[in-house]
Amino acid sequence: MPQIGSFTLLLALALAVYSFVAGALALHRKDDRLGETARRAGIACWAAVTIAAFALVLAAFGNDFSVAYILHHSNRDLPIAYKFAALWSGQEGSLLLWAWLLSTYGLVMRLRYKVDPQLTAYASAIVAAVQVFFLLLINFAAHPFGLVTGSIPPDGNGLNPLLQYPEMVIHPPMLYLGYVGVTAPFAFALGALIMKYPGEKWIHITRRWTMVAWLFLTCGVFLGAHWAYAVLGWGGYWGWDPVENASILPWLTMTAFLHSVMMQEKRGMMKMWNMWLIFTTFLLAIFGTFLTRSGVVSSVHAFAQSGIGIWFVWFLAIAFATCVFFFVRNRETLKSEHRLDSLISRESSFLFNNLVLLVACFAVLWGTLFPVLSEWVTGSKVTVGPPFFNRVNVPIGLFLLFLTGIGPLLAWRQTSWDSLRRNFLWPTIVGVVTAVVLIARGMKPWQDSAYFYSLMAISLSALVATTIFGEFWRGGRVIARQQHISIPSGMVQITRRNTRRYGGYLVHFGVILIVIGFAGLPFNQDKEQELGFGDKMQIGNYTLVCQSYTQDDTPNYSSEWAVLDVYKNGKKIDTMYPERRFYKASEQTSTIVANRSRPNEDLYLVYTGKNPDTGRPIIKAHVNPLVMWIWIGVIVVGFGTVLALIPNWKPPKVRAVEKAREETEAAVKRGTVEVGGD
Amino acid sequence: MLRNRELLHPIQVLGIAVLAIAFMGADVDARFNKLGHQLMCMCGCNQVLLECNHVGCAYSERMRNELTASLERGDNDSLALQSFVQKYGNTVLSAPTSSGFNIVAWIMPFAVFAAASALTLWLVRLWKSRPVAQPVAHPNLGSDELDALRKKARQETEF
Repeated sequence: MPQIGSFTLLLALALAVYSFVAGALALHRKDDRLGETARRAGIACWAAVTIAAFALVLAAFGNDFSVAYILHHSNRDLPIAYKFAALWSGQEGSLLLWAWLLSTYGLVMRLRYKVDPQLTAYASAIVAAVQVFFLLLINFAAHPFGLVTGSIPPDGNGLNPLLQYPEMVIHPPMLYLGYVGVTAPFAFALGALIMKYPGEKWIHITRRWTMVAWLFLTCGVFLGAHWAYAVLGWGGYWGWDPVENASILPWLTMTAFLHSVMMQEKRGMMKMWNMWLIFTTFLLAIFGTFLTRSGVVSSVHAFAQSGIGIWFVWFLAIAFATCVFFFVRNRETLKSEHRLDSLISRESSFLFNNLVLLVACFAVLWGTLFPVLSEWVTGSKVTVGPPFFNRVNVPIGLFLLFLTGIGPLLAWRQTSWDSLRRNFLWPTIVGVVTAVVLIARGMKPWQDSAYFYSLMAISLSALVATTIFGEFWRGGRVIARQQHISIPSGMVQITRRNTRRYGGYLVHFGVILIVIGFAGLPFNQDKEQELGFGDKMQIGNYTLVCQSYTQDDTPNYSSEWAVLDVYKNGKKIDTMYPERRFYKASEQTSTIVANRSRPNEDLYLVYTGKNPDTGRPIIKAHVNPLVMWIWIGVIVVGFGTVLALIPNWKPPKVRAVEKAREETEAAVKRGTVEVGGD
Repeated sequence: MLRNRELLHPIQVLGIAVLAIAFMGADVDARFNKLGHQLMCMCGCNQVLLECNHVGCAYSERMRNELTASLERGDNDSLALQSFVQKYGNTVLSAPTSSGFNIVAWIMPFAVFAAASALTLWLVRLWKSRPVAQPVAHPNLGSDELDALRKKARQETEF
């Protein structure tokens, strides 16, 4: 297997180089036959990388510890699913996964070349160039098929215990699908710029690519958050770790792009801006990988660090220089076609939306890199942790939430004050009433800034939710009147008729739910206590009673766990089993959190260990309000994005009219019908 | 009356002492929680001190005890944090301070926000001030042109 893997990786590199060089030459010479060979080489490259990836997975399944990567990331007793996950559990394997996903995106692009052969040829050559970089890296800097020197150990070192959790089987591939997926819109954008592509067709072609990449990145980021919550046992889901930050940087710019691109489609505006947004997104995706791999900033994801950072620096520099070169050369083709008619318009709301998203991106990047800057300037390193990011980003996030609320109420071109007042009345009333009710029920925003932000977040969420509901209601009412159907049926139909718009609103609604989940953070409670048999612990409305604690042993790990009865208002409501595992191969411990998640709050229990003096277990309990809404919100965001990807449904009458129009146009072109006449 | 006063005095003192101890305890707890979130665990886990959950962590337990001792000694917040900085270095603080070069960390995001907002407003004014398109000289358009204009209008307003 290692020989097959090594050979196919080299072959893949050769094919990628050919695809890039021949593709570029074919475009320069306008040689279609040469271009076709480049396209086919790109497809063959996917086959070669696929074989290499399979070879590594098979080596893991076959316990081939002659391969150093398998020796360090697997062991005989590791469950099958985690042996598969070993593919992305270390540096070399995750880079191979990256290369495979990139070649898969390239494959889809090259197979669908008829959408626009010329633009796809450019995009294909650019993707091939990115492939060359990753395959060079895998072949010469982080080879996944390196062999063990000396005698081969009988068993491997095992997988990092923190990674032995079901979500770790899907979180990294999702995240990588997002990161890598950015390459496709980047390639189309750069290709369009190089060939001075007229019009907005490249935007239409890349819209789906961008949305798919955005969806994967969103899922990847939140799966990572859920994994941190469920596995790391500190009771939180986001620690503002540099690697976490790296994942939201391209997400923020891609979100900005998905909004501002509408201005280009609708009004032919912001062409340069959109071009740079997609360039920046790609560069930030690569930069995130650099941050993860280089160790330039300290991170809890230290297991991914190595000396390959310099490769990324060079690649970033070359990619940036390429973008700048073609932008400077061809920027004349990116001139705006329209002017902005009013400050109170959908266009300007998109402008401010972009501004806030980019400032948020800058704030995260700034905080992440400030320790390096501080050390460089003052010679002394500082820590930039959660207090900084929360204080800086929460106000920015709230402003963005406010814009999410007013954006849909503004019309394209210009909105009158009267219309704005009319549309804003109910959402404002709902927002204010929500704030009043929360204060009446005991929230005291004047006591702490965190409570104030929480109140603002929930009130603004209510405001935005009302605007979204209003949009569905108004659209549904129009359809209901036209077709004499009920308003809910009308709402369903209006959604099907304009999936992009209403799918987008659903995405916004999902974001609101996520924000509500975040708003519970200031009200978290935690308590740590040693619990013997029959001992009680009180936290919030819950009383925990320790019934027992026991041990278990499997080939992969041994474990200790407590059996805790949970009482609420004197009534037993559940039994929970927080656990701590000791993984034999890696000789590392890990906690398995017991979480009772409900819409109002999570009861989150961690078995932190045993007191060496008394031998009794120590339990840390957290009561975290509203967390479940974060995960529900992500599902709604996913549903909304998928909905926005579905083509619009057209009523039979519209379809018939369109068909007749098309037939007439075709007939006019053929000359069998005369236009005008008496 | 005097007797009553003499009796009340120790009860008042006791009451005040109990309340003081109770409130002081609550204050110490709140301050422990607040300061514990302003410090990092120095074991290398990159987690906030009160959130470090490493089993058998060689630092967090000791650092928590040090923080408790500092608060029980009556150190104010600044003194308590300063003692940690002296012992563990600047990186023990979970966020940059608001003095010296560190203040740049806090100012920059808001400065960029202000600058970007000003730029956006300027851009909007600039775009608004561009010359308005003049009405066409011959309003009698052909059906193809009208169709094209309708299509454009639909495209620009449908969303």
